[in-house]
Amino acid sequence: MKRTVYAADKVGFHILHTLFQTSMKYDRIHRFDEYFVTSLIVDGGACAGVVAMNLRGGTMVAIQGKATILATGGCGRVYEFTTNGFIKTGDGMALAYRAGVPLKDMEMVQFHPTCLPGTGILITEAARGEGGYLVNKDGERYMQRYLPSKMELGPRDILSRAMIQEMKAGRAFEGPYGLYMGLDLRHLGAKKINERIPMVRELVEKYMGLDPIHELIPVRPGQHYIMGGVSTNGKGETTLPGLYAVGETACVSINGANRLGSNSLSECLVFGAACGLAAAGFAKKKASYPRGAAAREALKKEEARVFDGVLGRERAKETVAGLRVEMQQLMERDVGIFREESALADACGMLGKMRDRFAAVGLADKDRVFNTELTAVLELDFMLDVALAIAHSARNRRESRGAHSRTDFPQRDDANYLKHTLAFRTDGPPRIDYVPVTVTKWQPVERKY
Amino acid sequence: MAASDVVFRVKRYRPESGGRPTFQEYTIPYRSDMVVLDGLNYIKDHIDPTLTFRWSCRMGICGSCGADVNGQPRLTCGTYVRDVHKGAVTVEPLSNFPILKDLVVDFDDFLRKLASVTPYIVRKDWGDLTKEYVQYPEDVEAYRQQSLCINCMLCYAACPVFGSSPEFVGPAASALALRYNRDTRDEGADARLARLNTRTGVWECTFVGECSVVCPKDVDPAAAIQTLKFLATMRHMRRLLMPGSSSR
Ligand SMILES: Cc1cc2nc3c(=O)[nH]c(=O)nc-3n(C[C@H](O)[C@H](O)[C@H](O)COP(=O)(O)OP(=O)(O)OC[C@H]3O[C@@H](n4cnc5c(N)ncnc54)[C@H](O)[C@@H]3O)c2cc1C
Ligand code: SF4
Ligand code: FES
Repeated sequence: MKRTVYAADKVGFHILHTLFQTSMKYDRIHRFDEYFVTSLIVDGGACAGVVAMNLRGGTMVAIQGKATILATGGCGRVYEFTTNGFIKTGDGMALAYRAGVPLKDMEMVQFHPTCLPGTGILITEAARGEGGYLVNKDGERYMQRYLPSKMELGPRDILSRAMIQEMKAGRAFEGPYGLYMGLDLRHLGAKKINERIPMVRELVEKYMGLDPIHELIPVRPGQHYIMGGVSTNGKGETTLPGLYAVGETACVSINGANRLGSNSLSECLVFGAACGLAAAGFAKKKASYPRGAAAREALKKEEARVFDGVLGRERAKETVAGLRVEMQQLMERDVGIFREESALADACGMLGKMRDRFAAVGLADKDRVFNTELTAVLELDFMLDVALAIAHSARNRRESRGAHSRTDFPQRDDANYLKHTLAFRTDGPPRIDYVPVTVTKWQPVERKY
Repeated sequence: MAASDVVFRVKRYRPESGGRPTFQEYTIPYRSDMVVLDGLNYIKDHIDPTLTFRWSCRMGICGSCGADVNGQPRLTCGTYVRDVHKGAVTVEPLSNFPILKDLVVDFDDFLRKLASVTPYIVRKDWGDLTKEYVQYPEDVEAYRQQSLCINCMLCYAACPVFGSSPEFVGPAASALALRYNRDTRDEGADARLARLNTRTGVWECTFVGECSVVCPKDVDPAAAIQTLKFLATMRHMRRLLMPGSSSR
């Protein structure tokens, strides 16, 4: 039986447009296009909606609801080199975290081995699934040194680590954007490439000016996905009644410490449906609408925080672009593919300082309408919370498991760490706690190939 | 200006400061592999954080970064400066749309038009939803091209008919109507053709073909519109000859 189904190599794209277009069938669905959520409304220990900025109108509004579902995607932009789009700033994670909901397993960050240097554009796994080779500068299929039984079809974490090791051993190519390896599709031939992986060819031609039918594709590992996220159960429920999370922003724990390719979109479909039904059921059962008072208060608070506070800060030395890049480079260097204690300790300290420095970030754009400098500042604020949760969760897990690879603790340690990390927000560094892993049918065993 | 620099002339419009749109020039470092979006981001991050534009994926898939580059509607993330750079790169908001701020335009009109062509599968009877609707590769091939539309609006910016009659349903919405009409699972062809056979439908198109020239995804909306004209005519004739029959 096949593990999943495909729409060529544009699965997510087709799901997205089908869902969007089909949503037009239902009059009762009101979209708020280009509204940017800045906080959750919490009333009497339950989530009662969101406060959002209407970007086009330049106003802040409270949107009340009996049930709220976060589906804001991942947080790849906390890293410098990522396959993720510019909007993947972990907003939903930070929103829930600030409302007291824990973030689960945030140290579990997936790095994808085949991204185009410079842009981070992803070359899908399908390129290797169809038979592509990974080669070093000597033309050698170097995976025979690391994983001879699986070669290029090994899991993403092992392939990414092998690339870093090849780079350290001086067997990588060197280009304008640093070291890279070669992805070789030439032996597949034009027909197979055009039929099975057309988007690969399109992207490589467009963004590298190379034709993979005749040339090697330069690739290097980059942040791609986060297994962790807002802690939920199988119905998308969080610890805050009325608040649900689903998709990459959530952590239902089906991905454990290491997501398999294509499971994210299946997860969106399967748990999206489960979560939607659970939230609708919850809303139906709840007799009364939230009281307006909490929403009015939350709105006032956000107007003061965002418009009077953040937007009022004059531009000075500390800029959003400057601080963002510093955070991204730090995460890349110290909380990346390989991790160890001193680097993690350093990252936790530096991020704490950046959290303080953030208060001095000023803005040049003082408009309320479509102020993308303001949204960038608010996103950086979210990202700093998320980065802190990742770094502290990684520092506290003193073992290696799945995507979390500690050079100082290379072994998996089930006796001490067969458990989920929970990060809770405090006024200082995150508080780290653990909960047991629910083991049902499949007993954990050592990963062997 | 150093030899390794390039000048970006960007149209600015700030609703809260009033006035008419003006051009502002920025001199930025040139790289041979830079796209227009890289230039805009360089300006935003290093020179002028007030410059406002949409973008997200930087890989031609989200459809948000369109602008008129040297007078041509383009995805700024897919347009190399080296290919358009003639002394200076001029970047303006997409033509034919109301400007919200700088390069950000208002697309709501398109979303209404898209909704008007019933952009989803219509069936009288959905049958057993736990079962798959099987489609063969050739069934998908029938609508694959139209389904690749990323809603980037370059075709509307290039369309002179839309420019002069804003009611015109336009290229992308028509292409997406055809996408569903060609889907073997769909039974809504009749209603869509009726919609496209109106005053604001496909007959407005004078087959200029610019939409297909600028489309970054080879959707070929111009051909889609021609096909729809043919299908609408067939429907009309069939209804005259065989009242009560429906289009497939
Ligand atoms: C290049 C690439 C290729 C991939 N390929 C595959 C694949 O082949 N198979 C697979 O299974 N997975 C793949 N993944 C992973 C998968 O695409 C993502 O995990 C998935 O799309 C996440 O979906 P989502 O609905 O959770 O979030 P997203 O699709 O990221 O959507 C989040 C939405 O929330 C909105 N949002 C965010 N913050 C706010 C806010 N503050 N206010 C209002 N709105 C907000 C965003 O604008 C966005 O519309 C890929 C990922 C990338 C980057
Ligand atoms: S038809 Fe082409 S140009 Fe028009 S919106 Fe779709 S992708 Fe863009
Ligand atoms: S940024 Fe997404 S299409 Fe250009």
